[in-house]
Amino acid sequence: MTIFDFEKPITELENAIEELRRLAAEKGLDRSKEIAELESQRERLLRQIFAHLKPWDKVLLARHPKRPYAMDYIRLMCEQFLELHGDRLGFDDPAIVAGLARLGRYRLVVVGQQKGRDLKERQRRNFGMAKPEGYRKAMRMFQLAEKFRLPVLTLVDTPAADPGVESEARGISEAIARSMLTLFDLTVPTVSVILGEGGSGGAIALAATNRVLMLEHAIYSVIPPEGCAAILWRDPNRAAQAAEALRLTAEDALQMGLIDLIIPEPLGAAHRDPQTTALSVRTAVLQQLDELSALSPDALREQRYQRFRQMGVYQNIR
Amino acid sequence: MQRRAAVQINAEQWVQCARCKKILFKNDFERALRVCSHCGHHHRLRARERIAITVDPDSFVEMDAELISNDPLAFPDYPDKLAKGRQATGEQEAIVTGTAQIGGLPVVLGVMDFAFMGGSMGSVVGEKVVRCFERAVDERCPVLMFCASGGARMQEGLISLMQMAKTTAAVARHHRAGLPYLAVFTDPTMAGVLASFASLADVILAEPGALVGFAGQRVAAQASVGKTPANFQTAEFQHEHGMIDLIVPRRQVRPTLIYLLEMLQSDAGGRP
Repeated sequence: MTIFDFEKPITELENAIEELRRLAAEKGLDRSKEIAELESQRERLLRQIFAHLKPWDKVLLARHPKRPYAMDYIRLMCEQFLELHGDRLGFDDPAIVAGLARLGRYRLVVVGQQKGRDLKERQRRNFGMAKPEGYRKAMRMFQLAEKFRLPVLTLVDTPAADPGVESEARGISEAIARSMLTLFDLTVPTVSVILGEGGSGGAIALAATNRVLMLEHAIYSVIPPEGCAAILWRDPNRAAQAAEALRLTAEDALQMGLIDLIIPEPLGAAHRDPQTTALSVRTAVLQQLDELSALSPDALREQRYQRFRQMGVYQNIR
Repeated sequence: MQRRAAVQINAEQWVQCARCKKILFKNDFERALRVCSHCGHHHRLRARERIAITVDPDSFVEMDAELISNDPLAFPDYPDKLAKGRQATGEQEAIVTGTAQIGGLPVVLGVMDFAFMGGSMGSVVGEKVVRCFERAVDERCPVLMFCASGGARMQEGLISLMQMAKTTAAVARHHRAGLPYLAVFTDPTMAGVLASFASLADVILAEPGALVGFAGQRVAAQASVGKTPANFQTAEFQHEHGMIDLIVPRRQVRPTLIYLLEMLQSDAGGRP
């Protein structure tokens, strides 16, 4: 598995702890003192490292191969879930999962972007890059939600929408645009959570919602930092610098008023404790749903309009 | 394919076609609305030129000309690029909006200008597009958008991405009001603009040969090695795949728009 530079010292400690535990078990020796010492070292180190994460570290964390994906959250946070399939236009895109879930006292429609865990699944799910049929499946689910007055939860985690020839031929741009349009027409509560990568058009297609939440180490960006660096400096290797310029962290997005809430992750990020992370997401989503349920259908649509209407920074020179 | 403006050669009365390189007499070229008489290449128009050949004489009244961009991210070189865009175009931003009449019918009109930072959509473009749709809802009026854009404006980061949602929200309202929205894709109509308000028009026209697509051509080619057709991401490709209603030569754009506006009048006798 991939280990990022800033994680290396932690992983080394974790390996040492494992080794000690194994030895202790094999030889029946009591090494608990040493283990406790190493564990407190590990905790100190994690705190130290995670207190000073740079935007590029966040990019790596958001893309971490062990980071929990949409289906992990669905499994960990919903009481029940039944996946539904197909866009009814000839396709079923594995990069988008959708279905009916029970979450606390709510029945809801969940739509998420799903990356793959191993190479085979990654290819099958196209690395979480949805094609037009993925967004059309999503739209079908949004309309189902409207018909049965179910709230919608979207889980965003994609590097981008699929840029290939087939997607172009089937209207990827139109699908993204219409997915947003469909969300704006809904009169039921809608909540999105940016879980990992909020990759430009591919992400906003599912995030035109009443509330937008973001996990602490997720990113949300108009362009991947590599692409930005290639355009700005003709050098994709300066992606770390581009990540700074783009202000793509959850804190940035909150500061600019573009998201509503940051969901904290456990020390060492979501992949070190998926259960706790999923519980935090569950709590946050339930709270948003409770608040939104107080609004009338028209008020929900109006709130969504105004939420995005006020986004933008400009000056009037008259 | 060359997509630069026609190069002016020596004497002022001659221009060279950016595509076929033939030398054209400037007066003829202008009279042909900057379409090459040899190869049919549609050269890009500036926003004011487009307005002049589209709307009824003296009917255009500009809106929101006083909105200008800030630099909310303190992004490298952004103020410089804005200054250059202003200098190159004489415009404050990458879209000119206003009210006008076309064939005697009122419209709210937005015309993007690729010469201003590649027609990219940041806060000001997003706001001006939204105000077009809001004004049109208030006045129960059609919207007409001439698109020319490389996509969302990187220099405003996530704020630019949000303009996709913001403009789409405004289109949604205008649709719900039962009012017509027409779009014309001109060279180029790409990425964040194509994937938001542009693609949501009731009827979509495009000029011949316009570049129309989602991802940059390099990215798309990388994603589909060896499978890129010759006309990939042209208006013709999108038309073949059902994403554009009609490819319309420049001279036919205005009469086609008038026909559509007459056919889609929302409050007049649509019903039998």
